[in-house]
Amino acid sequence: MNPAPPLLQMTDIAKSFGAIRALRSGQLDLRAGEIHALAGENGAGKSTLMNILDGILRPDSGAIRIDGQPVQIDSPAMAQRLGIGFVHQEIALCADISVAENIFMSETAQSRRRLMGGADLIARAAEVLAPLAAIDPRLPAGLLSISQQQLVEIAKALTLECRILIFDEPTAALTEHEAQKLFTILRGLAARGIGIIYISHRMAEIFGICDRVTVMRDGQHIRTDRTADITPADVVNAMVGRKLDTLYPPKMQGTPGPEILRVAGLTDRRFQDVSFALHAGEILGFGGLIGAGRSEIARGLMRLEGAAKGRIWLHGQEVNLRDYADCIARGIVYLSEDRKGDGVFLDLPIAANIAALDLRRVAGRFGVINPAREAAQAQRIGGSLRLKAASMAHRVASLSGGNQQKVALAKLLAVQPKVIFLDEPTRGVDVGAKAEIHAILRGLADSGVGIAVISSELPELIGLCDRVLVVSEGRIVGGLSGPDMTETNIMTLAAPGALAKAGAMQ
Amino acid sequence: MTTTTQDRSLLARLFGARETGLVLIILVLFLIMSFASPHFLTWTNMRAMTMAFSVEAIVVVGMTILLISGGIDLSVGSVTALAMVVAGLLFLNGVNPWVAALMAIAVCAGIGAVIGFFVTYVGLHHFIVTLAAMVIARGLCLLGTGGRPLGLFELPAGFKWIGIGSVGVIPVAIIIFVIVVAVFDFLLRRTTAFRLVYYTGSNEKAAAYSGIRTKRVIFLTTVLCSTLCGVAGIIYMARFGSAQPTFGVGMELNVIAAAVIGGASLSGGKGTIFGAILGAILLSVVSSSLALLNVSVYWQDIIRGSILLAAVTLDHYLVKRQAAGGRA
Repeated sequence: MNPAPPLLQMTDIAKSFGAIRALRSGQLDLRAGEIHALAGENGAGKSTLMNILDGILRPDSGAIRIDGQPVQIDSPAMAQRLGIGFVHQEIALCADISVAENIFMSETAQSRRRLMGGADLIARAAEVLAPLAAIDPRLPAGLLSISQQQLVEIAKALTLECRILIFDEPTAALTEHEAQKLFTILRGLAARGIGIIYISHRMAEIFGICDRVTVMRDGQHIRTDRTADITPADVVNAMVGRKLDTLYPPKMQGTPGPEILRVAGLTDRRFQDVSFALHAGEILGFGGLIGAGRSEIARGLMRLEGAAKGRIWLHGQEVNLRDYADCIARGIVYLSEDRKGDGVFLDLPIAANIAALDLRRVAGRFGVINPAREAAQAQRIGGSLRLKAASMAHRVASLSGGNQQKVALAKLLAVQPKVIFLDEPTRGVDVGAKAEIHAILRGLADSGVGIAVISSELPELIGLCDRVLVVSEGRIVGGLSGPDMTETNIMTLAAPGALAKAGAMQ
Repeated sequence: MTTTTQDRSLLARLFGARETGLVLIILVLFLIMSFASPHFLTWTNMRAMTMAFSVEAIVVVGMTILLISGGIDLSVGSVTALAMVVAGLLFLNGVNPWVAALMAIAVCAGIGAVIGFFVTYVGLHHFIVTLAAMVIARGLCLLGTGGRPLGLFELPAGFKWIGIGSVGVIPVAIIIFVIVVAVFDFLLRRTTAFRLVYYTGSNEKAAAYSGIRTKRVIFLTTVLCSTLCGVAGIIYMARFGSAQPTFGVGMELNVIAAAVIGGASLSGGKGTIFGAILGAILLSVVSSSLALLNVSVYWQDIIRGSILLAAVTLDHYLVKRQAAGGRA
């Protein structure tokens, strides 16, 4: 008479790393055929819980049951035998071997055959990839774009005979169109009775495709509900443990101030004829699909890559920017989208990170660094950003994602910039820190710093910016402000081929 | 008040733990050896031991800075020998020995510039370029001398003084070593120019995104390393009174081992001069101890290799534990 036991049941899972309790009472139950969202801020214990399920970590205590049977998962290989597949957020493909060989890597490793399959492998890879994207399985994986690589990672998991599939923020690197295709596939998998655990920050996805949602905070299970029964506000409040009245700071009051930066006809390989002006007091957004050329425009403008041609005026004076060091000297700085890759020095102390852009500010005569001044600078700027760190001498690697991002921002603020371009300023940052960063950006804009924000999160663009320029295929195809800044308008302009449409709109 | 604690822990974290551990290990070795052998803790032995590594330590300084920037140099032994050979040949052809020495050091700097060019502007890896430079420099040594050592009996006493002279009881070579180490240790810890080396080695792309001209940093550290090899070669020449084309074979391994035992990482961004010199001292004390205890020379290499492996393994686990602790 009892209903069948759930496909997966994790109860009272605890895990500590040294003195740090990453997980106190992790709990999750997953039914066959459901898409179950797992939400929580960074550090809430989601990854630890999932790594335990995948056998990467061993729990200190707690029980895992599959079909009601207790199991012990000692290794990822064991998890795979139990039918558990994990699509990690980090891409781990071998760049030099073909897509097909990447997809069937674990099969090859476990196969008894001595020779690699040839045509057969390629045909099977093509079959798995077909519903996801048009990717040639013979290409080396390293030649693919980030979003295509992410899709190959997903394809890899689909080839395993899984009953439980874990997806860790799978859409972070995907375009809207690719994400939609992925959702179709996920629904298909669920219909076949596979249980899917879907880790995501994005409320639209949690409520769009998931059946139930489990929220974690501080290593504990907070609540599990059917998405039909609750609202996104309930989930956000459960995640942060307090009521967030407004996620976004107020918009610019009155009219924009004088022009700070003007760009005309900026052109390089990846973008053409980019012209815009940035005014004091406003936050200017750059919207568009991933790969549309927004980051390339910012990096080209600052001479970080390529050899862009075009004219640039700073405070009405035409400038000729030689390289990025020259940009910094003039007060134009860039916050990279890839924090760990090129935003911060993970192994160096926080204070050394914050001093990196201009060491003269912490040095005395003859270029001798004054450690007291270096620490004081870090304290002052870190403090103004509410950077949470036990000591400015700690390595950046020891901080949470949100605090690492504050270090990356503090690095830029140390040179008192006039113009800041921020590329995905809140990617991988939890909800609380996100609101803080938004408030900081508004404060900077109010104080007269020119702020330009590139974001792939539409709600962020709309909530934070006063004006949004939409980039499609390397061109600015339109500008939106006030009530015209809606998700629909931005997406309409952003879609490839929108140039003609933009022409029609004008 | 908060700032002072901040400073101390900043230094302690960047430079502290490793050096303290090495000093302790060296002290323990001293203690054991002073009981095990009556000849160990004597002025003669201490002087011989210090002389043995003092010149090589100058090369260790260059290698450590290069390792911190993310590079490596396999050609240090050959380039050191080349400095001797170039200076020796010039001297035998009537050039003033001091002028000859400066020209030889300039030739070494030039080799560093060629290596730096291939690494930064062509885009090849340090390992491959310096492997080629190692073989080419050795070839030049043999070509210039016909494979035989050059006897430099005419070297004036004033020049030999830098190799074998002393000020009071302290050998000049040791004074030079202490000055070079003290100067570069300070530069690396405290000056903006050398801080750029840490930034570049820790994350080259983040350094570029901080407006640092990383190619220039890598080029200059490469040139510095070869130049210091030149300086070491000249001191060796003054000490030996000859130029030996086959000198320094295998030196690169010793030098890299010292730097790594002292905390430098082959992936860049980490290391100190003080630590690397302690690494060199440790290796030297071990060699000297084994010799005094009449351990076969064949065992010495095995033991030195094992020390290197142990140091790196220990480091690996310490870093891993730190990373696990920092995940919260």
